[in-house]
Amino acid sequence: MNSFTYHRATAVQDAVQDKAGHDGSAYIGGGTNLIDLMKENVARPTHLVSVGKLPLADIENLPDGGLRLGATASNADTAWHDEVKSRYPLLNQAILAGASPQLRNAATNGGNLMQRTRCYYFYDLATPCNKREPGSGCSAIGGFNRVCGILGTSESCIATHPSDMCVALAALAPTVRVSGPGGERSIAFDDFHRLPGNQPEKDNTLEPGELILSIDLPKEGFNKNFSYLKLRDRSSYAFALVSVAAALELDGNTITDARLALGGVAHKPWRDQAAEDLLKGQPATVETFARAAAKVLEGAQGHGSNDFKVELARRAIVRALKQAAEGTQTASDVFQNSNP
Amino acid sequence: MSTTNYIGKPTSRVDGPAKVTGTARYAGEYAVANLAYGYVVSSPIAKGKITKIHADEVLALPGVIQVFSHENVPSLAWFDRSYKDLVAPGGSPFRALHDAEIKFSQQPVALVVAENFELARYAASLLRVEYEQEAHETNLETQRAKGYEPGRGKTGFQPPPPPRGNPDKAWEEAPHRMEAEYVHGAQHHNPMELFATTVEWRGDGKITAYDKTQGVYNVQQYLTKIFGLKKDDCRVVNEYMGGGFGAGLRPQYSVFLAVLAALELKRSVRLTLTRQQMFSFGHRPHTLQYLKLAANADGSLAALQHHALHETSHFEDYTENVVNWSGMLYQCENVKLGYQIAKLDVYTPLDMRAPGAASGSVGLEIAMDELAYEAGLDPLEFRLRNYAERDQNQDKPFSSKKLRECYHQGAAKFGWDQRTQAPRSMRDADGKLIGWGIGGGVWDATQQKSAAKASITADGKLTVLSGAGENGAGTYTIMTQIAAETLGLPIEAVTFKLGDTELPEAPLQGGSWTAASVGTAVKNTCEALGEKLLKLAQKMDNSPLKDAKPEDVEFVNGQIRLRADANQAVVLRDVLQASGETKVEADSSAMPNMLKQQQYSLHSHNIVFAEVKVDEELGTIHVTRVVNAVAAGRILNLKTARSQVLGSVVWGIGMALMEETVMDHKFGRYVNHNFAEYHVPVNADIHDIDVLFVEEEDDIVNPLGVKGIGEVGMLGVAAAVANAVYHATGKRVRDLPVMIDKLL
Ligand SMILES: Cc1cc2nc3c(=O)[nH]c(=O)nc-3n(C[C@H](O)[C@H](O)[C@H](O)COP(=O)(O)OP(=O)(O)OC[C@H]3O[C@@H](n4cnc5c(N)ncnc54)[C@H](O)[C@@H]3O)c2cc1C
Ligand code: SF4
Repeated sequence: MNSFTYHRATAVQDAVQDKAGHDGSAYIGGGTNLIDLMKENVARPTHLVSVGKLPLADIENLPDGGLRLGATASNADTAWHDEVKSRYPLLNQAILAGASPQLRNAATNGGNLMQRTRCYYFYDLATPCNKREPGSGCSAIGGFNRVCGILGTSESCIATHPSDMCVALAALAPTVRVSGPGGERSIAFDDFHRLPGNQPEKDNTLEPGELILSIDLPKEGFNKNFSYLKLRDRSSYAFALVSVAAALELDGNTITDARLALGGVAHKPWRDQAAEDLLKGQPATVETFARAAAKVLEGAQGHGSNDFKVELARRAIVRALKQAAEGTQTASDVFQNSNP
Repeated sequence: MSTTNYIGKPTSRVDGPAKVTGTARYAGEYAVANLAYGYVVSSPIAKGKITKIHADEVLALPGVIQVFSHENVPSLAWFDRSYKDLVAPGGSPFRALHDAEIKFSQQPVALVVAENFELARYAASLLRVEYEQEAHETNLETQRAKGYEPGRGKTGFQPPPPPRGNPDKAWEEAPHRMEAEYVHGAQHHNPMELFATTVEWRGDGKITAYDKTQGVYNVQQYLTKIFGLKKDDCRVVNEYMGGGFGAGLRPQYSVFLAVLAALELKRSVRLTLTRQQMFSFGHRPHTLQYLKLAANADGSLAALQHHALHETSHFEDYTENVVNWSGMLYQCENVKLGYQIAKLDVYTPLDMRAPGAASGSVGLEIAMDELAYEAGLDPLEFRLRNYAERDQNQDKPFSSKKLRECYHQGAAKFGWDQRTQAPRSMRDADGKLIGWGIGGGVWDATQQKSAAKASITADGKLTVLSGAGENGAGTYTIMTQIAAETLGLPIEAVTFKLGDTELPEAPLQGGSWTAASVGTAVKNTCEALGEKLLKLAQKMDNSPLKDAKPEDVEFVNGQIRLRADANQAVVLRDVLQASGETKVEADSSAMPNMLKQQQYSLHSHNIVFAEVKVDEELGTIHVTRVVNAVAAGRILNLKTARSQVLGSVVWGIGMALMEETVMDHKFGRYVNHNFAEYHVPVNADIHDIDVLFVEEEDDIVNPLGVKGIGEVGMLGVAAAVANAVYHATGKRVRDLPVMIDKLL
């Protein structure tokens, strides 16, 4: 870790200007990812702009019936918020499936969107990595890639976005409100994260200096028929091998609306609208779900140690849709996913 | 009635309050004046040479004191033997910063010392080191052909016994047969506490090293030989340890580097490794096991072959006893055991909880399960039919062996009789597959030479000293219990101190021998003190004990009294007051009674029953129930002993389902070297665990009758889980850990 200067911003304008005024600076939220990256010398910011004191910690109703999640609200406060629990229980489940209580208390919503991949090589300066050092090569291709992606990968990077929260968000399709030197703008969630292409160093479409203000959820929360299913190498406190956020609107047994997004499989939370379309108007049966799974995984490609993810994702999609149709998952006050 | 009987009682840890209130000091925490901080720079390559170290650039930073590397290390002891610690395997021990050669990835190549930790860490990140890379070999699978039988072992290593009978022929002729290979990868100890050393410079070349170690005497002799220090000038202290599991058996490069810097700079130095660097030294070796078993029609074992191959480094022959146990756990007349190691470009492996046996029991106990199914027998019934009444390896009787009671009591507790034999035949209400499996093992009960010293003051407070180690297992507590009970004192009146080379010498803490070795020394010493106290009591006016011999009296409830008549008693404190002495002292030691012991085979045993629930579609496994029945002689403290076994079971579940250090052979480097990606079980992975200690009396192993429980509880856990997975799913997984993808 290098030495750095530190500014605790109190207004959005102050934060944006302070950041713009310092080359090699970075915003810092809970620091649960950035500090680790600094300790490993993967990130070496010379100046940190803390967003912790910005007035962006509220969770509030929007006039259009949606819900605004402040960028600096903690992941825990977000998951436990009454409006989130009652209207967006899928988000509650996804957040609680991630990290640990301590981490969720410290982590912010903005930071969660911006967290970087957990690809082993990205963290280890002894190995080449295009994302960390463009042009140096990708060690995961041909290396140990159990945690890497099977969809939307490129020849320069096969990393995944590791967030659970973002998988639920991808399904719920909010917009991300940001402010930067160029002013304020909104980005559709699906456009926020990007695929690696030949620029794996870029995780998302934020412009330099842009600050996340909030995540604005639309009115529709799918609070009856939803499921967040996370599969991992231990029952808690591990990143997803594959996770699925599934949400359905049902009329009797007929699917009238559907959302389907995957985590642990791609450089971005992977929402598949073609698969969603395929579900709509169909009976909520295992056969329908299997067709949707096949659609999502068209073109899925393993890279050796993660080959199994293709089959695992197929089964997970079917299971999650089944659980969603059954409507058995609820927002919880206890950790659910570990129950045998 | 006695209120001072503590042995066997579930006594809470005497060091608990110090630990939970933060007053317990760990190696990297001692407050020492004028400290400089070291930070290790580790090699990114697995093999090659350092061609240049750009130390100047880093030394130019204000606050950086020195960069130590092979270029400027002073001349130290020359011969290999000076670097051999007490448990070093054969070969040539690794010497940090010795020369330009790189022998393994993450090898320490430089130590940056600065005025504070942050600066040292920063400077280390800037240090440019140039390397000339050479081709490395880190894959055991491709080195199979280069396996060899180690000629030289470390203390405790025993080459497999010679074959008996004709196992090949017996196998060919037997009606029920199996052969298979079993694999598990490398695992790192990863105690919570990072390796750290605080070296206090006491002036004049004298130092005190507060070091994370399981054996202060081992570290002291290592340092004195290398740096040419006198013992008196090199005190080594370890009062508390945040877990060791064997990682602290050998002095690590961290203590070498910290002492080197302190002596060179004539200043106190602290060095703490990072979590990533915790993967830079010893580990449980990647092990391949081949088993070939056969049974007769009546379910008796006809033939048993067990061959193991594991990795070692290029510079040392690390050995452990992987296969020997298979020749003594079950009765079999036709046995062949084989053991080899192969050199890789890695650091030397290192004993990790139940070294050898934890690995060996994976192979043997899954193979036994496979053969039980071949023979159409319940796995427990199969084991009962092959019960060994005698140790066939040594052809000796066991000093005691209550494994059969473990089988019966464990089965009753678990409800084993409700099991249906066919795989996939049990399900829970949600339709998840249920599987029940067993596995167990055998471990050495040993005793080492150990010394202790005891003193009691006029106010009746007893202090007992022994330079033993405590890695969190409960040593403080059981020694306090033994001392209190031996002299009939309330436990609050007794203080036990350990982990300091200024205390009487004790062996390093390993091999589950501490309770037996140090416990016996403490008992002997307190008895010696008791005799002195009796003499003083006899000098008192009208002493009711005037004519009593030591064997006629007992120390109970703060009194010395006649065994024959409890009313004939004197209060211990009165004795001390009457004597006019401010302090009465005794020292003594304990040695194993070889003459008696060598006629017997001394071992502890266990059997583990495990239940898993499997979501077959998704491949998820939960270990919902475990019963671990242990026969380990006398249990000194039910509470700490139970905790030991609970921890073993948790670790065994980790070994079965998730724990593995993954090597990327392209880089010759472990890639999941952090706690986010090196998975050990978390609470959500652990459900019901029941520990059962079977009564086992043994007056041969040692006067206390204890066999030690630090390691035996780990045996068979991983196999029991893997066997349960087979019972649940019908899938036989032979390479651990059993992760999701292996069940899809
Ligand atoms: C051991 C471990 C296990 C974990 N397990 C999981 C898991 O299972 N599932 C999961 O989803 N997550 C997991 N996490 C990740 C965790 O969710 C993230 O670290 C956390 O959400 C990041 O939030 P933060 O506020 O701490 O971000 P920081 O570390 O402060 O910042 C992360 C990045 O976001 C940028 N940033 C922060 N705020 C803003 C803003 N308002 N605008 C623009 N940029 C901003 C920073 O510049 C930085 O680049 C785990 C983390 C750890 C350490
Ligand atoms: S997958 Fe991406 S992050 Fe991982 S090594 Fe390759 S380039 Fe780096």
